[in-house]
Parts: sequence; structure tokens; C-alpha cells
Amino acid sequence: MRPVPPSRRRRLVVACAGASLLPWSGACADDRGQAHSHTFTTAAADVLTVVGPWELTGLDPSRAGYMFSRMEVVETLLDVDDRGRLQPRLASRWQVSGDGLEWRFTLRANRRFHDGSEVTPENVLACLRRAHGRPGVLTMAGIRAISSQDGAIVFTLQRPFAPLPYLLTHSSCQILAPASFDAGGRVIRIIGSGPFKIASISMPQQFDIVRFEAYGGLAIPGRIQKARYISVARAETRTLLVESGQADLAFSLDPPSIRRLQRSTKAVLLSQMLPRTTFIKLNSGHPLLADVRVRRAIALCVERQGIARALLRDPDLGATQLFPPSMGAWHDSGLPALRTDPHAARALLEQAGWKLGADGIRQRAGQRLALNLTTFVDRPELPLIATALQEEMRQIGIAVRVIIGNSSDIPAGHRSGGLQMGLVARNFGNLPDPVATLRQDFGPDGGDWGAMGWHNAEVPALLGRLASGAADGGERARVAAILQSELPLIPVVWYRQVCAVSRRIEGASIDPFERSYRISQLLWK
Amino acid sequence: MASTRAWRGIATALAQRLLQALLVALLVGTLCFFMTRMLPGDMAYRIAAGRYGYDMVTTAAAEAVRLELGLDRHWLVALGDWWRRLLVLDLGVSQVTAEPVMLEIERQLWPTLRLSVLAMGFSLLIGPTLGVLAGLKPGGLLDRATLAVSTVLRALPSFLLGLVLVLVFSVQLGVLPAAGHDDHGSIVLPALTLALGMAAVSCRVARDAMIQVRGSAYFAFALTKGLTMGQALRRHGLRNVAAPVVAYLGVQLVYLVEGVVLVETIFAWPGIGHALVHAIFGRDVPMIQGTALVLGLMFVLFNALVDTACAFIDPRRRA
Repeated sequence: MRPVPPSRRRRLVVACAGASLLPWSGACADDRGQAHSHTFTTAAADVLTVVGPWELTGLDPSRAGYMFSRMEVVETLLDVDDRGRLQPRLASRWQVSGDGLEWRFTLRANRRFHDGSEVTPENVLACLRRAHGRPGVLTMAGIRAISSQDGAIVFTLQRPFAPLPYLLTHSSCQILAPASFDAGGRVIRIIGSGPFKIASISMPQQFDIVRFEAYGGLAIPGRIQKARYISVARAETRTLLVESGQADLAFSLDPPSIRRLQRSTKAVLLSQMLPRTTFIKLNSGHPLLADVRVRRAIALCVERQGIARALLRDPDLGATQLFPPSMGAWHDSGLPALRTDPHAARALLEQAGWKLGADGIRQRAGQRLALNLTTFVDRPELPLIATALQEEMRQIGIAVRVIIGNSSDIPAGHRSGGLQMGLVARNFGNLPDPVATLRQDFGPDGGDWGAMGWHNAEVPALLGRLASGAADGGERARVAAILQSELPLIPVVWYRQVCAVSRRIEGASIDPFERSYRISQLLWK
Repeated sequence: MASTRAWRGIATALAQRLLQALLVALLVGTLCFFMTRMLPGDMAYRIAAGRYGYDMVTTAAAEAVRLELGLDRHWLVALGDWWRRLLVLDLGVSQVTAEPVMLEIERQLWPTLRLSVLAMGFSLLIGPTLGVLAGLKPGGLLDRATLAVSTVLRALPSFLLGLVLVLVFSVQLGVLPAAGHDDHGSIVLPALTLALGMAAVSCRVARDAMIQVRGSAYFAFALTKGLTMGQALRRHGLRNVAAPVVAYLGVQLVYLVEGVVLVETIFAWPGIGHALVHAIFGRDVPMIQGTALVLGLMFVLFNALVDTACAFIDPRRRA
């Protein structure tokens, strides 16, 4: 036998190495699923598959209730459109008494739950009373009593609270049929009144829905009969599900996945700015941060566009003010934008008496300008942004130690007073009207996710006027202007939701308030 | 006589395993308890975030959670409570979902068992077969090729291997689902990911065993008395090769249990490992204790099976 020349032998070895992997796996694929090969390659032909990172942590509206809202299984009394304006849903009309203390929501007639039972004022009342007794948004309103009168739900308040209708759009206020609860008031199944009903739930990962033919609400233009939600924890996996045609809608994609999907033949990308801002929460009561010049210097050293471009791969997300353009009424395009100017930042620190030390860190009366920046991993981009900020602050002479923990460190640090700086992402669109959220954030004692140690009487007063319904229109711009000049929070970047949509459907859009996946609007191509 | 002795041996071994299982349960539960206590961050806030989403977490919500779950109890009281309940097989209630941990584990155990058993099956099919073939001709093409592939596969972390397999079989070839658990065949890729890592090693173990068998006097005698290679292999070779391969499975279980945690997360497979990862993020102590306990017991059970299999294959061990 003629010996095989070394180079050919090497090539053979490599080829075998590659091939040894294939036949075995191929064999497995063959005998396990040849008959179903088409169900592998694309999602089952008539089922719309939605993937996102959110797990079903329970059936209770206050837990994973938002998932049943997003899949259009359950409804709330009211809804909002893309611009945050109230829309009727289970309630057809709403009105407030002259003194602002009594709200009346008239229910739409002839609406039915998925089990055929009627949506009655008593059912609605029971759900709302239940929601009021649990952690959720209704506790913000100062509700004295909820009752039903002549087919309407009546809220009696302790003091006027104009954003009340917006609280009722929140998923924790969703309306379930009486048969959803057991004798002890626990939710044991989801029977809603939306355009889709639950077909099956396999906790905590998946649920299937089918169209509710007797839906009595608004007309459904879409043609989707069956849909499925699968919770997939990793962004890479969600991307691969889209690429392999197994998913039709995929939410919460990370920058590398987005770049990959831009070239995909299976999906198109949709994007929408959401009212979410990443900012540095400052302890303005801390001796080093009480001076507004130090806060301004920090704001001046942040390279927002650079962070947005390099870390989020989207230069438009650099924040020019706290409220993103998606918060129409609050974003003030006339406001001078936050800028980056390290020279001016250094000058401000000099003015404040902070002189550069030998190690490049500023000092005043023997004290170093050294601060902690606490952040968390719930949003994967936060630790990256924190390290970028650390370097940017070092360049103007501030030593920053980044502490990466979990989200609880922020409210707990706020409460104990131990927090110095925190990098957080705040969803101002949690409720479509952010007044209630902002009152939490900029109250007299600050807020767990808002200002800290910052004493300003005007902002709480302005927000109070907005909440009581006595506003004259200039309050929002004034709040934005004060926050921009006083900088109790230093805005860094805004947020854009990116969703991958398979090419076999059309009519997809993203809800800026993340309330619905709008499956009822979709058509098969 | 011999069989009674053998049965007595097996009974002793089983009793030992039961004791081991009990110790594992106590140790794993207690360790988990302390580890979750030592994790940074306030537990009440963390659990509230797991329940309501971190945006909704305020001090008021966290305090409500603290009160509801008695988180301000002394740690000794909380630990004592857990031990007491373990005695009556009550694993408590998940702090995030408010469902009994037993119920959640019941739901997740079957997918994990299915995945683990299939992965083991695949690995035994792939590894030892290639190993025996390679061992028949040491230094041959197949031997060197399997060495190269084994090295690469064992060096790849399972999450990377999993992604590569999805890219090849789901995205490029479109023959298998990328993730999920409801489509037909969705178990194949996670099982294969686990199996290839294990097969990489069992292939080398089988190859070494085969070389030893081939060099042995009894194998040479079998060939000398006129048996064909196939006959000699079946009657005298395979059983001797199987003994070290099966014994090594015991060691590989560590890889399997560790791999299940990673692979289930990547493939969105609704098993115990996936639940453990989520429970850790949510600081759901009863759930962490429960899932870790079950993984620990699975380890003991599989080890017992491996021991039994070894005793079955090798009569000398039954003596």
C-alpha cells in the first residue's frame, strides 16, 4: 500500500473530524422527526409565535397579568392610544365631579367573558377592590371607596387625583370573570374578555390562545386564529428562533442580535422609542454632590452620543433631556440640550474648589473627590454604561468605584441614605400618564427610583397641580426645565424597543406603552 | 447461596445510597439557605422585583413582602422551620409564584429527566461506539480523528456548543427546532448538546479500554481458537470495555447535572435547571433549596443506577 502523503493525511483528518459530528446528529434528526420536518423549519403554519424574556410568575394580575394584557386575553376599563390619550375599553364613558373627588366610569353593555358570563358592574367592582388591596398602582390615588351605582363604577377619593383613569389602564387593574377565582380569592385560571381566550397554559413558560369568536369589543381587523407566547430567557436564543422561522414576533433584542437580524431573510425589524430613560440617580444630600456645580460637571462629562453609539449601537438614543421625545407632552424640544464639554466640567470643579491632585483625582481640604456608582444587572446594558461613565468621570478628576449588585440596592440605598450615585433605567410609561410616576420620583422626600436628598419645593407643587387637575398647561415644561438645570438626575440615554417580525405576517406595530402585542391587528401574508 | 449473598450486597448498597441521599438533602438545603442569605441585596426587594417587575418595586412593596414571608425572622428560626418541614416532605411555597415548590418541581422534573436520559442515551450511542472502533486500530485515522474531535468538544463550553448546533441544524439546515418544548423534536438539540460533551470523554475511555482488551491474552486466545474479530468482540470484548465506560458515567454525571442547568436556559427547556437559574435571580429561597435538592437527589439516584449496572456487568464486583 502506498503511504498517504502527510498533507493529504492532514486534510483527511480534518475532514473526518468535521464529518464525524454530522452523520450521527443527522441520523438522530432523521429517525426522530422526518414526518414533522416542516413543523421544525417554520412555526406551525397557523400559530403565531411570540417570544420574549418575561416568565409567567403567576396568574394574579399583579404578577404576570401584563403578559395576558399584551396577548389581548384580558382587558381593563380604559385603554390608551399611541399618544397616551385615553380610549374606552370595558368602560364606555368616564366623568369626574366638580370637586374632583368622585369619578364615575360607565360600563359598556353586553360585554361577555370567555366563559359566556356577562361583564357586570359587580364583577368589575370585585376585581378593582381586589387590586386596591394589593401592591399596585391603585394605592397611589388615595382611594376612599369603590362602589357600583346604576351600571357604573364610582371611585370616591380623599383628594383630587386627575391621573386616576390612567391607573385603571394598568395591568394590575384588569378585569377577570368570577370563575377565575377560587373560594379564597386566588386566581386559578384566566378568563378575560379580550379578543383572544386562553387555550392552555404551561407555567411558567408558555401559553396558547385562540380567537374568541363572541368578542363584543371593537372590530378585529386581523386574521390570526391561534397564537402562542414562549418565554425564552436569552436574547441569543430569541434571535435564533426568529432566524430559524420558529418565532413570528421576538421582543427585547440586544444590540449584537439586532445587527445580525438586519441581514436576516426571515424577519424584518421594527423599532419604537419607549418612555424609558437611563439616568444617574444622585444623592444630592451627599456632601460631595450637594453643590450643583459638581452635578453639572458630571452632566458635562457624560458622552451621551458616544455611549449610545458604541454600547447601544444607536446614536439617536443619547439623551438631551430627561424625558424622551416619546413622552409627547413632557419632552420639550425647545429646552437647551444637555451637552458634553469636559473643559467646562473641569472649570466648574475648579470653581467649586476641587483642585487636581498628583494622582489625577481632585481634592479639596484633604478630601478626595471619590464616589460610588451602584448599578444592577436586570438590564444587561447598565453595567457597561456604568464603566463608560467611570472612565469619563476619571477624565475630569472624579474617582468612581462601580458597584454591580441587583435592582434592590437602589430603593434600599435610597431608604438607608447610603447610596451615592446609582445608574438606573426608569420606565416613565409604566402608566400612560407619567404624573403619578413622577410624583413618586420627585416627592418632598425624593423617590426610590427618582431624586434623592434634593430639596426643591416647586417641582412637587407643580406635579401636585397636575395631579389635582388644576393645571394651566405650563407645568410640564417648567418641571422639565427645573430638572434640566438642577440635575437631581443626570440623563444618559433613552431607550428603543426593537422587535423582530417574521416576513409571513403584516400589520405589526409596537405599542409605545408596552401594553399590547397587537396580535388582533395582524394578517398572514 | 451465592444469589442471597448478592442480594444482601445490593440491599446494603441501596441502604448506603439512601443514607447518602438524606445527607445530600440536608447539606444541599442548608448550603443553599446560607448562600442565598449571603447574596448581596435585600431579599425583600429582590423577591418583590421577581413578583411585580423591578419597575414596580418600592419600599412599600418590599415591606409588604417582608411581612408576608416573615423575612425578618432570625435566620436560625427560618432554617429550623425548613428542616422541620423537610421531614414531612413539605418544601414550602415559592416566594415568587406563590405555588407550592413541590408542585413546581413535579412540573419540571419530567422534562429534566427526559432530557438527561436521552442525553445519556445519545452519548452512549456515539461515544463508546466510536471509541471501540478507534481502539481496534490505535493510531489509525479514526483514532486520531476522534481524538481531535473529542478534544474540541470537551473544550467547548456547553452553551457555545448549543449555539453552534442551533446555527447548523435550525438556522442553516432547518431540520430541528431551535428551542422551546412543544414542537416535535425540540428535545434533540439540547440532548445532543449534553451528549456530545459526554461522548467526547466516554469515547476516549472506551478506546483505551479496547486497546487493553485487544492486547489481553484472553482476546488473543479467542482469535487463535478461530473466532472472527466480530465474534471475539461480541463475546469477550464488549463486556470488558463496558465496565470502565459505565463506571466513568458516574463521574460524567457531574457534567450532566451542571450541563442541564446551562443547556435548559439556552434552549428554554422548562426543567429543573432552568427553574434553578430563575429562582436564584429572584432570590426565591424555597425554590432554590427545592431544585438544588432534586438535582442532588438525581445525582445520587443516577450514581446508584451506575453502581448497579457496574455490578451487573462485572461479576467480580458482586462477590
